[in-house]
Amino acid sequence: MSAALDLEDVRKVYRAGEGEVVALSHATLQVGEDEIVALLGPSGSGKTTLLSIAGGLLAATAGRVLVGGRDISGATPGELTRFRREQVGFVFQAVNLVPFLTARENLLVVDEIGGRRKGPESRARADRLLEELGLAHRAGNLPGQLSGGERQRVAIGRALMNEPRLVLVDEPTSALDTRTGTQVMELIRTEVKGRGTAAVIVTHDTRMTRWADRTLHIDDGVLSAVPAAGPEGGDAEA
Amino acid sequence: MRVALRELRRRPGRFGVATGVLTLITTLLVFLGGLLDGLFLGSTGAIRAQDADVLVYSAFSRDSFLRSRIGPELRQEVERVPGVEETGGLGLALVAARVPGEEEPADAAVAGYQLAPEGVPPTPPPGEAWADRRLEADGVRVGQTLLMGPAEVPIRVRGWVEDTSYLLQGTLWVAPETWRRVQSLSRPDAAVAPGVFQVLAVRGEGDPADLARAIEAGTGGRTSALTLDEAVFSLPGTAQQNRVFTGIIGATLLVAVLVVGLFFVLLTLERTGLYGVLKAIGASSRQLFAGVVAQAVVVTAVAVALGTALAVLLALAVPPEVPLQLEPARAGITALGMLAAALVGSIVSLRRVVRIDPATAIGSAT
Ligand SMILES: Nc1ncnc2c1ncn2[C@@H]1O[C@H](COP(=O)(O)OP(=O)(O)OP(=O)(O)O)[C@@H](O)[C@H]1O
Ligand SMILES: [Mg+2]
Repeated sequence: MSAALDLEDVRKVYRAGEGEVVALSHATLQVGEDEIVALLGPSGSGKTTLLSIAGGLLAATAGRVLVGGRDISGATPGELTRFRREQVGFVFQAVNLVPFLTARENLLVVDEIGGRRKGPESRARADRLLEELGLAHRAGNLPGQLSGGERQRVAIGRALMNEPRLVLVDEPTSALDTRTGTQVMELIRTEVKGRGTAAVIVTHDTRMTRWADRTLHIDDGVLSAVPAAGPEGGDAEA
Repeated sequence: MRVALRELRRRPGRFGVATGVLTLITTLLVFLGGLLDGLFLGSTGAIRAQDADVLVYSAFSRDSFLRSRIGPELRQEVERVPGVEETGGLGLALVAARVPGEEEPADAAVAGYQLAPEGVPPTPPPGEAWADRRLEADGVRVGQTLLMGPAEVPIRVRGWVEDTSYLLQGTLWVAPETWRRVQSLSRPDAAVAPGVFQVLAVRGEGDPADLARAIEAGTGGRTSALTLDEAVFSLPGTAQQNRVFTGIIGATLLVAVLVVGLFFVLLTLERTGLYGVLKAIGASSRQLFAGVVAQAVVVTAVAVALGTALAVLLALAVPPEVPLQLEPARAGITALGMLAAALVGSIVSLRRVVRIDPATAIGSAT
């Protein structure tokens, strides 16, 4: 079976000064081609670490990472750059838009750094995404002139710009009120489902998990299908 | 790269300090170059204007006009050397000229000649001169009669010629006998007999350097023959001036390299977060570095334009006795030098850009 994302027994250990932090242990997870998986867990449980490894931003200490059937575990930094450019869409926890570019230009950056599209085609896609995200009237605004929810939506647009195989969203709603958070989650679902893209959405807000096809819990670096306090490990546990 | 250029347009203020400093450096470079050109061109005009292949000095004159003497007999020897086609005598006397209606005498070089230099008409009648335009600043006018040296030899100005000055003094191009009179009356110790010149201008065939060697050999070592380029650099102080100014200009360019290097390294440090995010979404180090280089080049190009314009404006305020001469070619060389400095300076940032880890995007906020 072809999975958009396939983590096999992934382990991540951070070296912090003298000691070590085990941020992920034996994480095994498969995300189907157009599946949306919510990753739920308390702060410091390893959610961002897992996303970063899945997206080729961090190297796993052990285990295999396959995206679209391709193993990226041993890839060079250059190969990973290309992989991220072509296969992955990130929405970072801190949003991280380019501050001196307008909403529209923040989307266009993706194509400017080597995307498939050029010029008019690229602008057309950016405009369509902004339209879908309800940002058409904000296209010319700088991030500093946008609200938190609007910035979040621009970041989603940027993540979808390269038609990724896998969208990784880190805490899209943590800085938003429930209503805006719900809106953003709805949008992510519509956009991702409409394109047949797989997505992993990290959150620590249980209310947001209803937009996902499946919810996984993570606690202290250990994945399970049910909360850590639950009776037994789920299908994702190694 | 597009992103980098947009940043320049959106946030010009960030680059203001670097642009300002580079502008001042450019102004300084244009001035230094202008002084070098002013000194060099103003010192060497009479030699550069020579329409000859080789200048022949007497041996042991150490290639100085004032010490050199070529009599008729030595001249005949030169003329017998194969390859020599035409010779013309040259003599120079540096004297003060009394200008009618002016308190201050003007420094002038009286040059007796037979072969007309480029831009100078054929030899005028005795007692008359083609004057270098430089003398206009000393109050000299066409039609005036100047009184040369302590003996007050009269010379009437027939018209102007351009760019023929000698050691920063305007040249009066005269008949050989007029020069001999001025020379003998103002420097009795260095009087010259009829038929004697200081230097011979020689036209001939073939490579001037070969011709010069042939003349030296053909005169049995009694002459020192120089190509025009060699003669220019044998003028007192010319080579030293060039070395000193080239050194200062080089050091100033080095400062430009340091300014660009330091500024963009600091900017790169400040942009660690931004570059991390761009790398995270797939930008390569190469693309980001190209952006840094593009910014350095644009900032420098703007600074070069501003700095050159500023130098041109400031030059208007420089008193005429300062030998400042702004040449378009020098401005071009300065611009190229500055752009090269920008390229070299921005290379310092390369390592910083390469080392930025895309994983910094995970946590950093904008
Ligand atoms: N670069 C690092 N060096 C050392 N330890 C790290 C590093 N990054 C994360 N950690 C540690 O690894 C663990 C997991 O971190 P991670 O950022 O994945 O958590 P998280 O689930 O995303 O938390 P949050 O909900 O607060 O964002 C934490 O204990 C954290 O302190
Ligand atoms: Mg996190």
